[in-house]
Amino acid sequence: MPLRNISLLLTLILSSLSHHNRSSNFNLFNPLPFHSHTHHRSSMKIMVAIKRVVDYAVKIRVKSDKSGVETQNVKMSMNPFCEIALEEALRIKESGLASEVVAVTMGMKQSVDTLRTGLAMGADRAIHVETSGQLYPLSVAKLLRALVELEKPGLLILGKQAIDDDCNQTGQMVAGLLNWPQGTFASKVVLDKEKQVVTVDREVDGGLETLCLDLPAVITTDLRLNQPRYATLPNIMKAKSKVIKKFTPQDLNVEIKSDIEEVQVTEPPKRKAGVIVSSVDELIDKLKNEARVI
Amino acid sequence: ISTLVLAEHEGSSLKIQSVSAVKAAKSLSKDNSISLLLAGSGPGLHEAAAQAASCDPSVSQVLVADSDEFSHPLAEPWAKLVRLVQQKGGYSHVITTSGSFGKNIMPRAAALLDVSPITDVTGISEPHLFVRPIYAGNALCTVRYTGVGPCLLTIRATSFPVSPITSDSKSNEASISQVDLSTFGEDSVGKSRYVKHTSQDIERPDLGNARVVITGGRALKSAENFKMIEKLAEKLGAAVGATRAAVDAGYVPNDLQVGQTGKIVAPELYMAFGVSGAIQHLAGMRDSKYIVAVNKDADAPIFQVADYGLVGDIFDVIPELLEKLPEKK
Repeated sequence: MPLRNISLLLTLILSSLSHHNRSSNFNLFNPLPFHSHTHHRSSMKIMVAIKRVVDYAVKIRVKSDKSGVETQNVKMSMNPFCEIALEEALRIKESGLASEVVAVTMGMKQSVDTLRTGLAMGADRAIHVETSGQLYPLSVAKLLRALVELEKPGLLILGKQAIDDDCNQTGQMVAGLLNWPQGTFASKVVLDKEKQVVTVDREVDGGLETLCLDLPAVITTDLRLNQPRYATLPNIMKAKSKVIKKFTPQDLNVEIKSDIEEVQVTEPPKRKAGVIVSSVDELIDKLKNEARVI
Repeated sequence: ISTLVLAEHEGSSLKIQSVSAVKAAKSLSKDNSISLLLAGSGPGLHEAAAQAASCDPSVSQVLVADSDEFSHPLAEPWAKLVRLVQQKGGYSHVITTSGSFGKNIMPRAAALLDVSPITDVTGISEPHLFVRPIYAGNALCTVRYTGVGPCLLTIRATSFPVSPITSDSKSNEASISQVDLSTFGEDSVGKSRYVKHTSQDIERPDLGNARVVITGGRALKSAENFKMIEKLAEKLGAAVGATRAAVDAGYVPNDLQVGQTGKIVAPELYMAFGVSGAIQHLAGMRDSKYIVAVNKDADAPIFQVADYGLVGDIFDVIPELLEKLPEKK
């Protein structure tokens, strides 16, 4: 995306000018949606789960043996919904309502790259649960529950879905396992530290639903929640010295088992070639008499 | 095989998508005993239950959970209810639709039952073999459920189309019974509270469920010009969509975005104006039944998926369409 590259370049230029300038610029364009009347240092920790996926701009290719989608030599990135989740956590921390943001991920060795991106965006530290083989949401939710029990965050924020498997399950599942309230598909999050509640606007079919949840709670993010920042060069450098803790599922006493099996992955049926019409009248005629849709 | 369908109702009527869930249940197996679960509170619930009892002859029973806890579709009590009813009835399958209601509740219920749910199912070939789109529909994945517990599914209503509910099939009414909530417990009460619901413009159908969607791209050039798309949508009783480029340019709010990271739509008629057809946009609308594309650029990729293409200037075409299209019935 050219727009993305331009703003990355701009961020890099701005960051080389002065740190103060950059942060005031940032606040100007992204007013924080929180009541930040509590300016004292909070002790609440926020955990953010992130996933490494095929970059959203890549045209995916189904493998000819139908075993899956080609992921070798393909650009991988942080799932866009996870970027939004991390951005929200960082904004809550910057408004003084949280003390620490911990980014966590599960998966193979290379997932560490995505954690580094998260650290460069501003997460304080990271945890990687290294696994091999296919990992389904139920196992991810169990691993997350174990990490939550270890770290005791006040909020767990996740993207509403990953753009690879499109499951849209993990947040709801970990909330169920923890018996925490859930605010899924959030487009606005307002934290009240005094009352220990979080108010969430949710994108539901045909409108917005507002819920008030007791902390601790699970939130999953929708697109409208915020516009994630880009990692700046100094922060990319800084991220290199931040800590990434490693666990195995065994360390966390989680048994990875699966009750679903991917049988095959195929290409969707191709659309049959259409026709080019020459006028509005012809178009209306086709829609009325051939397709019968108007 | 026995299936519990978690149904949705609005006021006193059963949602049409829930009848699609019944249709999906019927395609699991010929000898499937289907029960419908409705929850809520007040008289509207019971009217909806009566409607549910005659919505399809294959529904053998309607279960009603009437409690203030279910006045709003909060995931915490509803997921517990699904677990309770599933465990009492020993259903092999639980199905609901893939809207924001089902996606919110079903995975949580699955976690409580310690099973993997399968979401967004578009095809059922065997009682435990399903097809679902991945990568925003750019690939289809066939999944087998191998667990010993119940199989929990959310289905895409557009893949299991049904005709509107008619209440003339009174001869086949299923029995209606109340769910015993005495063992429901109260540990989830109060952790999550409903505050309010803000409806969209009620004049216009919801983007996710609309029969017709009219989409504008960056070629509209301004928020002011985008109003032409809205006018056209009004005329056709359609929902309005936008490309990521149009959203990024600030013509319309983000919730109108159709694409891989926006809304996935599959209407009967999708009309794209000034849309080039970026991969991530095509991913959000490629399952539409009929696609119309209007674009100045004859080489725009959108024409490769369009059933009817018209090469022309949208600023000429849209006014002409506004003039010549018949009013919606």
